[in-house]
Amino acid sequence: MASEAQAADHVTESATGLPQLDFSTFGNQIFWLLVTLVVIYFILSRVALPRIAAVLAERQGTITNDLAAAEDLKAKAVEAEEAYKKALADARAEAQKIVAETKAAIKADLDRANVKADQEIAARTAEGEKALAEIRDGALDAVRDVAKDVAAELVSVMGGKADGRSVTAAVNARMKG
Amino acid sequence: MATEAHGAAEPGLVFHPMDQFMVKPLFGEGAVGIFTLTNVTLWMALTVAAIFALLVLGTAGRATIPSRTQSIAELAYDFVRKMVEDVAGKDGLVFFPYIMTLFLFILFANVLGLLPMAFTTTSHIAVTAVLAMMVFLTVTIVGFVRHGAGFLSLFWVSSAPLPLRPVLALIEVISYFVRPVSHSIRLAGNMMAGHAVVKVFAAFAPMIIISTGIGLLVTPLSILAIATIYALELLVAFIQAYVFTILTCVYLKDALHPHH
Amino acid sequence: MEGDIVQMGAYIGAGLACMGMGGAAIGVGNVAGNFLAGALRNPSAAGGQTATLFIGIAFAEALGIFSFLVALLLMFAV
Repeated sequence: MASEAQAADHVTESATGLPQLDFSTFGNQIFWLLVTLVVIYFILSRVALPRIAAVLAERQGTITNDLAAAEDLKAKAVEAEEAYKKALADARAEAQKIVAETKAAIKADLDRANVKADQEIAARTAEGEKALAEIRDGALDAVRDVAKDVAAELVSVMGGKADGRSVTAAVNARMKG
Repeated sequence: MATEAHGAAEPGLVFHPMDQFMVKPLFGEGAVGIFTLTNVTLWMALTVAAIFALLVLGTAGRATIPSRTQSIAELAYDFVRKMVEDVAGKDGLVFFPYIMTLFLFILFANVLGLLPMAFTTTSHIAVTAVLAMMVFLTVTIVGFVRHGAGFLSLFWVSSAPLPLRPVLALIEVISYFVRPVSHSIRLAGNMMAGHAVVKVFAAFAPMIIISTGIGLLVTPLSILAIATIYALELLVAFIQAYVFTILTCVYLKDALHPHH
Repeated sequence: MEGDIVQMGAYIGAGLACMGMGGAAIGVGNVAGNFLAGALRNPSAAGGQTATLFIGIAFAEALGIFSFLVALLLMFAV
């Protein structure tokens, strides 16, 4: 029997048994398995694993850097906030100062104006009082004259003879009382 | 049973749940030599292609903000790296590419094997035995290179009472040499069992063609069962890759730190 | 006739071997259940122990797979 036919016979025979125990295929399987494993090993150790390791390391680095940058930015933000707050406080203080100054200035002006007005009012009042006093004096004199005249007239009508001096004295005495 | 199933003339249901595991030449018929291009070659090449697509093409952007594929690649990288670091320790990281190779190969072979009409390379004892023997040899060699005869203290349980130690040493030695067996058969057995179960349920599915009465009950049930088992198999495909890898790490820890 | 008896024995043996898978199922359930019980008592420690969980499940399951393998060998290889 030719060896090929024998081998073919063996193949058909193997179909009846457990294929895993067909020893004629072991060499083939082991050979291709070793080839496969070597190929996979080289793919992994030469290309894939270093690449993935590099990617992972790079990512770790990026994450660390980003975290550091974020920390930096946060610090800067805090600083900026501080500065802003300070500026705000300064501005507020300035504004308060200005307000106070303005208030003081206005108050001073107002005081000055008040004083001036008071003085004027006082002067006017004094003037008015003086005028009033003058008028009152004038009025008294006029009353006295009229009273003298009336008294002299009355005395003369009643038949007496009125001398000026006594009439005046009488009127003055009367006016005083 | 298998011979009966192959009687093509026979009507009724045909069960050949193990046919999916047959190694066949890709082109033509004939014997399977060592260098023959077989379906093993095809599916292993697809495994390589898938790994290449995910880990090399997927990360081609090298983006700081990763795309979806790149995130998956990074996830796998982190997952295995953390596993190696947690279980085997920092000095185990030398073996990280090797363990990553094992993990990715097994994971992708398992998952690709779930495609319809696919061939599951990891369901073969030959393949998993080589993987397990590689781990076993690595662990043994690393253990002796790093610790010399001190590696044998792995078998001498110094925390046990003295009279018990020889017995324990015998048990430890046996369990050490059983490791590659269980390591390989666990993976192959899981893959084989799940796929065979799916195939058995699939054989029940055409019942409706043969007998409408029973078929109305059996066919939907078997299709539902296929869907369920398939979902379970997806989980198993991942878990077995994970288990194989983590056991590798555990064994490696023994080699690096043999003292209990 | 003799071959039939051998085959029958092999099939019966395969069925018996499959009972070992039930033991593995009990074992896996035990591991997972105890893990859950422990995890619910101390959820904070549970996360770090998932690897141990899977290792335990793997060891328990491997023995079931062994019996499955024996069954397959009896069915197809003997």
